Formats: sequence, structure tokens, C-alpha cells
Amino acid sequence: MTKEKREIIIFSIFTLAVLIIPFFLRGSYYLNVLVFIGINTLLAVALNLLLGYAGQISLGHAAFFGLGAYISGVLTTRFGLDPWLVLVIAAAASGSLAFIIGFPILKLKGHYLAMATLGLGIIMYIIFNETVAVTGGPSGLSGIPNMHLGALIFDNDMNNYYLIWIITLIVMLLSINLSQSRIGRALRAIHNSEVAARVMGVNARILKVQIFTVSALISAVAGSLYAHTMTFISPASFGFNFSVELVTMVIIGGLGSIYGSFLGAAILTVLPEFLRVLQDFDIIVYGLLLIIMTMYLPGGLINGLQKIVEFAAGKVGKRGGSGA
Amino acid sequence: MLRIKNITKIFGGLTALEDVSFEVKDGSITGVIGPNGAGKTTLFNIVTGLYSQTSGDVYLGDKNISFFAPETLAGMGIVRTFQNVELFSEMTVLENVMVGLHTKSKSGIISCAFKLPGQIKEEKYIKEKAMHWLEFTGLADHADIEAANLPFGKGRILEISRALAVEPQVILMDEPAAGLNSLETSQLAMLIKRIRQSGITIVLVEHDMELVMNVCDSIVVLNLGKKLAEGTPREIQENQEVIAAYLGEG
Repeated sequence: MTKEKREIIIFSIFTLAVLIIPFFLRGSYYLNVLVFIGINTLLAVALNLLLGYAGQISLGHAAFFGLGAYISGVLTTRFGLDPWLVLVIAAAASGSLAFIIGFPILKLKGHYLAMATLGLGIIMYIIFNETVAVTGGPSGLSGIPNMHLGALIFDNDMNNYYLIWIITLIVMLLSINLSQSRIGRALRAIHNSEVAARVMGVNARILKVQIFTVSALISAVAGSLYAHTMTFISPASFGFNFSVELVTMVIIGGLGSIYGSFLGAAILTVLPEFLRVLQDFDIIVYGLLLIIMTMYLPGGLINGLQKIVEFAAGKVGKRGGSGA
Repeated sequence: MLRIKNITKIFGGLTALEDVSFEVKDGSITGVIGPNGAGKTTLFNIVTGLYSQTSGDVYLGDKNISFFAPETLAGMGIVRTFQNVELFSEMTVLENVMVGLHTKSKSGIISCAFKLPGQIKEEKYIKEKAMHWLEFTGLADHADIEAANLPFGKGRILEISRALAVEPQVILMDEPAAGLNSLETSQLAMLIKRIRQSGITIVLVEHDMELVMNVCDSIVVLNLGKKLAEGTPREIQENQEVIAAYLGEG
């Protein structure tokens, strides 16, 4: 009970912080960064459900992000469909793709699953690049319309901020709920010992496919929002590098923690701004970061943060009735 | 209750089990013993759907359950524990048992994500029931500890608690006393008897002869993949062939 209450309080504080932050910011640069953090949080949460909870790696998640973006981009620019309708179509299409390929692909484990998802990412990347007539190829697709809500058009950073963050907050809340339910426990059970989970009656095969589908669906929503926010997309944003970046976000933030995903997404969105001076060598910093994290803080930053808070609380409270 | 009929399992060129048949009576405690490599764990893996037999059948009551998946068998009331303790180590003791209630609940991804009223009620039920099983096995005090931090003996008991949560008809225990000290073993013996009293049938693979002779109603002896003998503990103790197998003659 207390744990549940604490969860509600943490989420309320987080939501409040997200909602009021824009009032303290001057200039659209910071808002713009926050918009990207929102989109990346959405993606990191999606991947975390698969990687952090179910323990299944995907090195091709940029494919679902790209699929969402391109379906939205193509259907709005070429067929003039409504952005909201297109968002739903993109999510459904990406989810369906994941569902269909999930059955054969998720039979694989470990390195083999990594290779298969890597292949998926590369195939999609090639499709985005080569189907020039549809996607515009390497030079990209421009003129994608902004989202709208009646007369309200999401064409500035402030509006986009709220659009993306409200959706991100909803997805975070749903994911937290899911992680604390029987489904979340079953996923973690599969992660810990698939054979024991199955013996306990968890249909690991179906559940893995289901969570892969949900993950792809959320990624496509992120892709769709990205397309309508940027109004321009090109294949470069959906390549192998970005898939790896997503995995890095999830691991740095904390496997199996929704807030960790936010933290990881925030850091990996902001970091490039500071690493510009290094130019192409910035990838070395990511590599080092990943090595250091997995060696010294395998639970991710969120875990380190929790330890610091617990330590501080312990000092202040002096063993004063710590719950859990 | 459970009938093993002419089970043969061949791994490549190795015959792990050859034409093994026996019956587990409803509400009984049946021991499966034999020297290392006799095929006991292989037999368990076949009955619980982790391996497929080369030939032969397994029946639960009148139903042929050969080649059923482990998760299907769990739903039908066949569950097991593992020789090498397969806990969900990063989850708490309580959560481990809550996973055992997976087949007793049915909320899907949507109702879990949106916390629909039925799901909240079900979650409460799962938690209460899991707590009930921890009280039954005496682990309630450890409910919030991460399973990885449990002492080994308690880990074995947690595996049994988790299996009980499935509300099985049959529990197959693979060497539940391995690694336990004598006090823990005697507590285990009492727990096994209490589980049987609650109407659950038990099949036990075990090397600890004292435990086997103490709790089992009937014993099946395997040697080199074949059934060597079957009978009450007393009959087995006096069986010359069994003695020979254990002393390494034959």
C-alpha cells in the first residue's frame, strides 16, 4: 500500500515538474531540447519494456521509430490524411509488423536475437533509402504537416512540448502500471529464468511477442510525433547508430526502470550538445560511458540515484522506521 | 493420477530412458531414486514438458498429456521444482510466489496498463493468496527480501511455495533436500507431509535416503535408464538388485 502511494506521489511530482518547466525557460532552444528528450523518453520506455523487463535485446528499434515517421510522413504529404488518423495507422502498422516477425524472431536468444533485430533495422533502413519514389530516399521527405487539435496547431516549440510530453507522461504511467501487474511480473520472471517462468504457467512465447508488439507500437507513435514536429525526415535519423543509442539510453538510465529511461534519454539527448567540440569522436564518449556504467553501475543511473537518496535518508532519519 | 507409460528417451546415441512405466497414485508421495545418470531428471523434464520423449506416453488421469508445453501443464496442475533452484532472483520472495499465481489470474496487457477495476481486484487476490502460501511454508517474514539474498535452504522452500501457488494436482520435486543441513531436511520432510495432507500428489527425486524412506509411500528405482524395481520403502530396502546397483556391482 505504502509502496503504491509512494509511486503515485513520485509520478505526481514528475508530472508537475514536466508541466511547469516551460514557464521557467527563456528562449526556444531549451524547449526544443526538451521536446527531443520527450520523444527519446518515449522510445527508451518502449525499448525498456522489451529489454529491461522481458530481457530481450533489440538492436533494430530505430526501424519501428522510422516506420512510424515514414508512414505519417508519406500518408500526410502524398494522400493528405489527417495527422491523428495517420498516427493511429502508423502505430497499428508497426505493431502488426512486430507481431508477425515476433513469432519467428523471438524464438532466438542472446546474440542470435541481437543479430536478427540488427538485420531488421538494416532492412528497414535500406527500404527508407531506396524507395525514392515513396520516401524521397536519402534526401528525405519534407512538408509534413503539424499536428492540430481543432484550431490549435502544434507549430511552435511550446505547443509541441505539451503535445509530446502529455503523450509521454501517459505512456510512462501506463508502463509503470503494466510493470507492477501480473504481466510485468511475468516479464521479469522470463528475464530471470524463462524455464521456471514457463513451468509456473507463463506463456513466454506469446508474452514476448505481445511486449515486442507494444514496444514497436509506442516506438511508431514516437516516430509519428517526431515527423509532425520536425516536418522533415530523412533515413539518417533511423539507422543502426540510433538503435544503439536507444540501447545506451536504456542501459545508462537503468534497465527495468521507467524513470531511468527518462534519465537515460535526457542524458543522451543533451550530451551531444556538449560533445560538439569533439566532432566525430563523440562516439568514443558513448562507448566509454557504456563500459563504465555496465562495470560500476549495472543498475543504471536511477539505481545509483536511489542509493544516494537512501543513504541520505538513512543519515537524516537515523534508522527512523525505514519501510523498504 | 499420473501414469508414465513406456517412456523412452534417446539423446543422439545415448539412451537416457528405456521403456520406463509406473503409476503415481492419487494423493501419494512417490519417490524416484537411482544412482547418478539413472535418468531421473530426464524423466522429470519429459513429464513437465521441457523435453520430448522419443516414444511412450504420459497420462494425467485419463488424459494423454505427452508433448504438452510446460505452461499448458501448469494450467492443468502439474508443476515442478528444480535441482539447481531456479528462482526469479531479482524479484522479491512475495513476487516470486505471485508469479506462481499466473494461471489463477487472467488480466491482459490492456487491463493491466489501464488498471481496470477487475485487474485491481485480481491484483489484491494474487497478493493475498501469495501471502497465504508464504505463511503456509513459513517464509512470510521474508516476503520483501529479494530472492537472490535468501539463504540457500530458504530458496528451496521458496521454490516449493511458488509451486504451491499454482494450486497443482501434482508437484514434482527434483532433489529438494540437496544442499540442506539435517535440521532443514527434517523441516522439509514435515512440509512435504503437510503438502500431501492438503491433497496434493508429490513425486520426489532424491538422494537423501533417510528422507525418501521417511516420507514416501512408494518408490521407483531407476538404473541406467531402466526401471529396476518398484515398491514400498521396506520392499526396496530389501531388494537385492537395488542393493547391488547402489553398491556398484551389477
